[in-house]
Amino acid sequence: MDISLQNIEYRYQANTPFERLAIKDVSINIPTGTYMALIGHTGSGKSTVLQHLNALLLPTEGSVIIGSQEIKAKQKNKNLRMIRQKVGIVFQFPEHQLFEETVEKDIIFGPMNFGVSENEAKERARLALKQVGLAEEILEKSPFDLSGGQMRRVAIAGVLAMEPDCLVLDEPTAGLDPRGRKEIMDMFYSLHKKRNLSTILVTHSMEDAARYADQIVIMQQGHVVKQGTPVEIFSSVTELVEMGLDVPEVVRFQRMLEEKLGLKLERTYLSIEELSAAVAELLRGAPV
Amino acid sequence: MMEKMIIGRYVPADSLIHRLDPRSKLIIIFLFVCIIFLANNFFTYILIGIYTILMLGLSRIPVRFLYAGLKPVLWLVLFTLLLQVFFTKEGSLLYELGPIKIYEEGVRQGIFISMRFFFLILMTSLLTLTTTPIEITDGLETLLHPLKKVRFPVHEMALMMSISLRFIPTLMQETDKIMKAQIARGVEFSSGPIKERIKAVIPLLIPLFVSSFKRAEELAIAMEARGYRGGEGRTKYRLLSWKLADTLQLLILVVLTILLILLRS
Repeated sequence: MDISLQNIEYRYQANTPFERLAIKDVSINIPTGTYMALIGHTGSGKSTVLQHLNALLLPTEGSVIIGSQEIKAKQKNKNLRMIRQKVGIVFQFPEHQLFEETVEKDIIFGPMNFGVSENEAKERARLALKQVGLAEEILEKSPFDLSGGQMRRVAIAGVLAMEPDCLVLDEPTAGLDPRGRKEIMDMFYSLHKKRNLSTILVTHSMEDAARYADQIVIMQQGHVVKQGTPVEIFSSVTELVEMGLDVPEVVRFQRMLEEKLGLKLERTYLSIEELSAAVAELLRGAPV
Repeated sequence: MMEKMIIGRYVPADSLIHRLDPRSKLIIIFLFVCIIFLANNFFTYILIGIYTILMLGLSRIPVRFLYAGLKPVLWLVLFTLLLQVFFTKEGSLLYELGPIKIYEEGVRQGIFISMRFFFLILMTSLLTLTTTPIEITDGLETLLHPLKKVRFPVHEMALMMSISLRFIPTLMQETDKIMKAQIARGVEFSSGPIKERIKAVIPLLIPLFVSSFKRAEELAIAMEARGYRGGEGRTKYRLLSWKLADTLQLLILVVLTILLILLRS
């Protein structure tokens, strides 16, 4: 499902003394199957953009096209439910949204709201639980008896069970331990590939953006300031540093190496494997 | 979602009303709530109305904003009006349609009571609109200080108040966040049959309760960790200062009270 934001603007609390412009003139295209990372500082407007993808916020200017539906500013928009079924959002700290008596009931809550039969929803719950790496035994437990990490996984399973075409992730691994973080990010990535989803990841982690995304959008003060593939984005290290953003360790290492040796590698490498292969190649060719 | 709510909200500005001492504002509002019951005829209500509008004007709160924020309350005012009009059976009969009888006294009462209600809401919102929660609690604590003599826990009360006021915005934010998360999971809060909408409150309330309890516990631990041991010997960072304007405002209110007593029938 293609998603496209066209020159959208959003003002919080329009027409009150608290009015605040959150994003302006933001245009982003997300064709089916894209894994897009949205990067920016706190307050850069990432979360505002993200909520437009699910019609939780409606633009005060411009239009949002989600699949076959168009949402225009200043118009009565109907059938937002259809959109919400197709676009699943994993919010920051999604464990805060758990409320049911049992894990199973909580996971099937979403699908059943969208008219899936109870049996099928339970089937999906089992599958989703397996995807997030939890054992089936916890289905009958109360979500409030679980550990923080398990609660997070249950909440994510609740979104996956809706089987959305597009997955929007708002820092889904914030506050998890490194291993859990990698497990969950890898799980999202394999799901993305397997179901040909469109995935939008809001993150602070440049490592994640470099590892998983095929498109990166950088936002600053409510504007899109840079957009491109990870290699393009991370090739201009100085620019990123000027924006106060981080650069993946691998890229930093490559830059330092290049400076030390006074040469330039063929391109920017984003994974340790690629870079080490390139360095090995370099060493082999270099006179000892 | 609750962006338009103005009850309990502070609008920063530099107006005459904003600069008043919270103590004088509290006294004024308290007295106003009392003397509004003195009004019982056309002139006295006009007087109260003029006073309210004057105070609102001095506060420099945009009228459009006030209107948008008070719209939900206006329905309540309207409801009060209708209740009085339909159910007061005194005075001469004005209009009759089947079982519905409208009496003169009912209309009079309805208009007066809803006006009283409306002015009360305006003035009390004025207090919170122009005074920060911290100022309000500071003011209350000083005003209630004499009650300490009778072992009334003034400081604890003030602390409780400031904590609850402090967490209103946090709770609002949290509500908004959880609401959005549940909307994304297919809950309809603002449309659909009433029964469904009532049921939709559960996925909102339970997470809110859970996080509030957690937050309360964390706050208690954080306070203890920073050595909080009650109000004994505690000094204040912000000192309240009573100025000429405060005295004048109180005088105006006294004059208003005297006028009301003279003009009431």
